[in-house]
Amino acid sequence: MGVFKIGKMIISSMFNKPATLMYPVIARVYTPITRGHIDIAMDGCIFCGICSKRCPTHAIVVEKPTKEWSIARLQCIQCNCCVEVCPTKCLAMANTYSPSVTERSMDTFVQAPKEDVPKAVVDATTDTPTA
Amino acid sequence: MHENKIIGIEPAELMEKAQKFKDEGYRLVQICVTKVDGFELSYSFDKDMDMTTLRMTIGEEVEIMSISNIFFPAFLYENEMKDLFGVKITNIVLDFNGNLYKVAQKTPMNPKN
Amino acid sequence: MGKRTIIPFGPQHPVLPEPIHLDLVMEDETVVEAIPSIGYIHRGLEKLVEKKDFIEYVYVAERICGICSFMHGMGYCQSVEHGMGLEIPRRAEYLRTIWAELSRIHSHLLWLGLLADGFGFESLFMHSWRIREKILDIFEATTGGRVIFSVCKVGGTRRDMSNDTLKDIVKTLTNMEAEVKELCDVFVEDYTVKSRTVGVGVLTKQEAHDLGAVGPMGRASGLPSDMRLLGYAAYDDLDFEPIIETAGDSYARTVVRIREIYQAIDLIKQAAAKIPDGEISVKVTGVPNAEIFERLEQPRGEVIYYTKGIGTKFLERVRVRTPTFANVPPMIKTLQGCDLADVPILILTIDPCISCTER
Repeated sequence: MGVFKIGKMIISSMFNKPATLMYPVIARVYTPITRGHIDIAMDGCIFCGICSKRCPTHAIVVEKPTKEWSIARLQCIQCNCCVEVCPTKCLAMANTYSPSVTERSMDTFVQAPKEDVPKAVVDATTDTPTA
Repeated sequence: MHENKIIGIEPAELMEKAQKFKDEGYRLVQICVTKVDGFELSYSFDKDMDMTTLRMTIGEEVEIMSISNIFFPAFLYENEMKDLFGVKITNIVLDFNGNLYKVAQKTPMNPKN
Repeated sequence: MGKRTIIPFGPQHPVLPEPIHLDLVMEDETVVEAIPSIGYIHRGLEKLVEKKDFIEYVYVAERICGICSFMHGMGYCQSVEHGMGLEIPRRAEYLRTIWAELSRIHSHLLWLGLLADGFGFESLFMHSWRIREKILDIFEATTGGRVIFSVCKVGGTRRDMSNDTLKDIVKTLTNMEAEVKELCDVFVEDYTVKSRTVGVGVLTKQEAHDLGAVGPMGRASGLPSDMRLLGYAAYDDLDFEPIIETAGDSYARTVVRIREIYQAIDLIKQAAAKIPDGEISVKVTGVPNAEIFERLEQPRGEVIYYTKGIGTKFLERVRVRTPTFANVPPMIKTLQGCDLADVPILILTIDPCISCTER
């Protein structure tokens, strides 16, 4: 008849360090492939809309005329489908979770208009190139 | 290799086939319903890892006798079929009368509208 | 004859992991009858098949349950692949088997913790879950998620595990085996645990067969049925025997699950040694046009996946018959004649996963 068989585990846990992490004082270590939230490098987006069509929960909305790409963070299930189908590979899965919020909202990203490369401007009066 | 076959039967043969399976030592595995034009019922039985499924197609208004007197676990599957699809089954051993799942609309998988 | 009272048990109860309601008809302190009532968590997932096409439905199938989530995805994918006649690469089958056996270990460790909590042994509960964290860390390092993996797809798997990762997994499991043995010795030999589980809720072999008990519940009563013997995924290459006990009481069910943990560690070592190199997925063309019954062995028992395709990209019917659904009648039978204090233990010994039951 074994009595107090758990004694060894209890006594050794008195001397080991705690099994839990003092979160949030100590930050949690994520693995490199943890599926946290979607990041987009807006310069590469061509607004083809494939990510929006393949999203199983319809969390992504792509607007080509206004050059906006939005995602509803609470609806995204971090399935990684959009990252796999993006033709320009501008989407990536970051490994930290999106923050807690108190209401639903869309995160919108706008592509900055591309600036023309400044050619050398010839000054009409002085005949020397400026800037 | 273990078998997995589907046999079509008529609704009238269900009770005697179920009794025959019980006498031969089969156990009830599952009962499933699909909405086609009418209902397509599948009763699956298993013995020693060989599965046999009895398949019958009935109209929506046809009444079926419950097999829960022969196989007691059938009452859960039959109550679920009654609740979600509206299949008419009579004489279930433990009948919940439509209260098994708390759904907002009656027979949600087979909407009447 | 004592006075009969009816005690409503659940759906909110500290000992239940998920909501189920039982009306216990009591005579003094003995339960005479138990009438179950489910339906508190019905989400209508089977109806979603009309809106999500057969490739996207994998995400819905995974989220039927949090504990057996990988095997639901695997069962759905296997059923659709058989219906379409797709042959997935051998490496993908081995990877799925390894993840499935890791799921089995973590589910049984979770159950052991809940059982200990059920009879008030909280420190044992905490130690079980502490050991389980190592498995969840393996999941996060190999698939990206701790609970929902999203790693199975129709046609294979989405991620690969390198051979170094497999060696690390085997090393972690070997180190873990000593801790698991220390933990399980408490369950198997401690006097307090034995006095709550030995002789409680006996189910004879004939009753288990008539009432359709599946999984460890049936195997603890002597029914030799284990769906892994069907040889799906990589199980036809691996060498194992189903674990059977004959006593049929709660103690036997605990011992079956503990021995399955050791067996799963052994199966992972075998699979990691035999895994071939190769691709991990095939391209999916066409739509499903057949109906298939697929049977798998989840940690809780036998699960049946029925998918019916009619030639469009939306399946006509997906039906999941989960093991807890089949274990509810045996649970009602074991509750008849037991003491009121044993009711939580008996509900926990079927390993109830009510969110699977009601989808």
